[in-house]
Amino acid sequence: MNYHVDERGFYGEFGGAFIPEMLHGNIEKLRNQYLLHMEDPSFKDEFDALMKDYVGRPSPLYFAPRLSDKYGAKIYLKREDLNHTGAHKINNTIGQILLAKRLGKTRIIAETGAGQHGVATATVCALMGLRCIVYMGSVDIQRQAPNVARMRMLGAEVRPAESGSKTLKDATNEAIRDWINNPVETHYIIGSVVGPHPYPDMVARFQSVISEEMKWQLQHQEGRDYPDYIMACVGGGSNAAGAIYHYLDDDRVQIVLTEAAGKGIDTGESAATSVLGSKGIIHGSKTLLMQTDDGQIIEPYSISAGLDYPGIGPMHAHLIHTKRAIVQYATDDEAIKAAFELSRIEGIIPALETAHSFASLEKMKFNKEDVVVINLSGRGDKDLATYIEYLNDFSQS
Amino acid sequence: MNRIQSLFQRKNKEVLNIYFTAGHPTKESIQDIVLQLDSSGADLIELGMPYSDPLADGPTIQESSQKALANGVTLSYIFEQVALIREHSEIPIIMMGYYNQMLQFGEQKFLEAAQKAGVDGLIIPDMPMYMYEEHYQHMFQQNNITISFLVTPETSKERILQADRLSSAFLYIVSQSSITGTASKATEAQKSYLNTLKELDLKSPSLIGFGIKDYDSFHHACQYANGAIIGSAFIKKLESSDLPIKETVDQFVKKIRIPVS
Repeated sequence: MNYHVDERGFYGEFGGAFIPEMLHGNIEKLRNQYLLHMEDPSFKDEFDALMKDYVGRPSPLYFAPRLSDKYGAKIYLKREDLNHTGAHKINNTIGQILLAKRLGKTRIIAETGAGQHGVATATVCALMGLRCIVYMGSVDIQRQAPNVARMRMLGAEVRPAESGSKTLKDATNEAIRDWINNPVETHYIIGSVVGPHPYPDMVARFQSVISEEMKWQLQHQEGRDYPDYIMACVGGGSNAAGAIYHYLDDDRVQIVLTEAAGKGIDTGESAATSVLGSKGIIHGSKTLLMQTDDGQIIEPYSISAGLDYPGIGPMHAHLIHTKRAIVQYATDDEAIKAAFELSRIEGIIPALETAHSFASLEKMKFNKEDVVVINLSGRGDKDLATYIEYLNDFSQS
Repeated sequence: MNRIQSLFQRKNKEVLNIYFTAGHPTKESIQDIVLQLDSSGADLIELGMPYSDPLADGPTIQESSQKALANGVTLSYIFEQVALIREHSEIPIIMMGYYNQMLQFGEQKFLEAAQKAGVDGLIIPDMPMYMYEEHYQHMFQQNNITISFLVTPETSKERILQADRLSSAFLYIVSQSSITGTASKATEAQKSYLNTLKELDLKSPSLIGFGIKDYDSFHHACQYANGAIIGSAFIKKLESSDLPIKETVDQFVKKIRIPVS
């Protein structure tokens, strides 16, 4: 089975580029050039140097003793939360901003859900002196106020998306429309492994630094370069893509993806795409998405803005379809509980998105010797307002 | 030959194609609008299939789509309405929407339903040309449904020729790099793009869309193509007018056809 992208941008039957002609020129140019640039030694040098000195990589692979005790396995945390800007998102934005410069672009647009990708984009634009416009659903602007302030402080313009559910899906629509209107000078930095080819592959490659480091870190700490399990949360799926990229063809590694079940899969307020979705087109890509019988996209729900997306990256749709990956689901409440647990037993406050992946731990059956890596994709500072509402429920009395 | 193809045989200039979102402003208005457009002098109707996420469309069509969906419009309902229109009118009708809508309905089933209802053509802006050629061309032909592909100022000559070869109704010339409903004055770059298209000696008739809104912009566009498409300006008029729908439609079409004195 091939889990990588083919020439036309498909992962099995998922992926491709279903875009209006107005976007064709830009997508075609990107498709023809992204690998050439990414494989150019001077590009790699520049990327690696920024990863090291600006982002702070490699990110630690931390053995979590108390969590391991509790769940009966050897649990490691890949500390993407320690990256500059507080999440894995910066790996991709550094890569894409270098690419945008090489493509001669002077204006950057991005979409954001939780605001992590928006902040990571605003950051690299400040670093490179490029104009930055971030589209964000007006609902998300409300629930992620600290990140909105950070983007503005970094010099970005945050434009509210007022259509549809006013969340990530709609922010993405607005960013795509902006690109249609400004095709020449603008590069669109998509933040996840979604969108038309080559985005899913390009973003996965930039994020693959996560699993690249895991290999040598595990070799050093465990004496073997692979874990038995890799666990990650998925909305679009970029942190998961990075964490599994170098293990896709290694069947010894079980891939566990956790989707946001919102208030429960059957409540009508959920973002569990792999159960509630069917094959269709969203944001230029064929994948699994939540839709009506008439092909209208359904507005998802999750407490976590970063997982509140009705689709899933085509690579993940393929992994799920072929059963290469197994999927778990975590409700809002389970994610909150897991966030408090990690905070209390390891001293790490995770992002709400990431907390969904930790909520899957108790649903897994591990052997004591199993090596488990959880991708700790982001830190929870941005979610404090949400966590505060639950402080009384988890008081240490 | 279907109704669109015979239209272009009879008429090769100033073809007026009017777009509106099916089921907006009211669910029941589809028939009235189409029949009035026909008797007032439009040549071709483009029925927008309202979609939750219309990527290529500006605010006017987005909002009209949201309203039409809220009004309860479905693809089956649109097909039913076209069938009823066919009892009174032979005006060529195109349906324009997004690939996911056709995919979810089932491609074969969609084309059969369209043909049965009396639809003459489709425009699916996010369906790749290669995919049409490899998977659907035969299916479209069997059901006597035409297709029109889009070209933009950024489209390479090679792709223009491909779009021309594959389009069986007309070539849809997007006048500028933008989403729908964005109006602007013709620039020199735009004129040179339109002249280049003219000089390519394409086999398909062509219609210019995006930014056409009144007598002047329509007749200006008609200098470079066989006609033009008006969408957002018509939808705005339907929404803002206090007159009954039929009068609104009639006045709108007459203002496009006859210069204001």
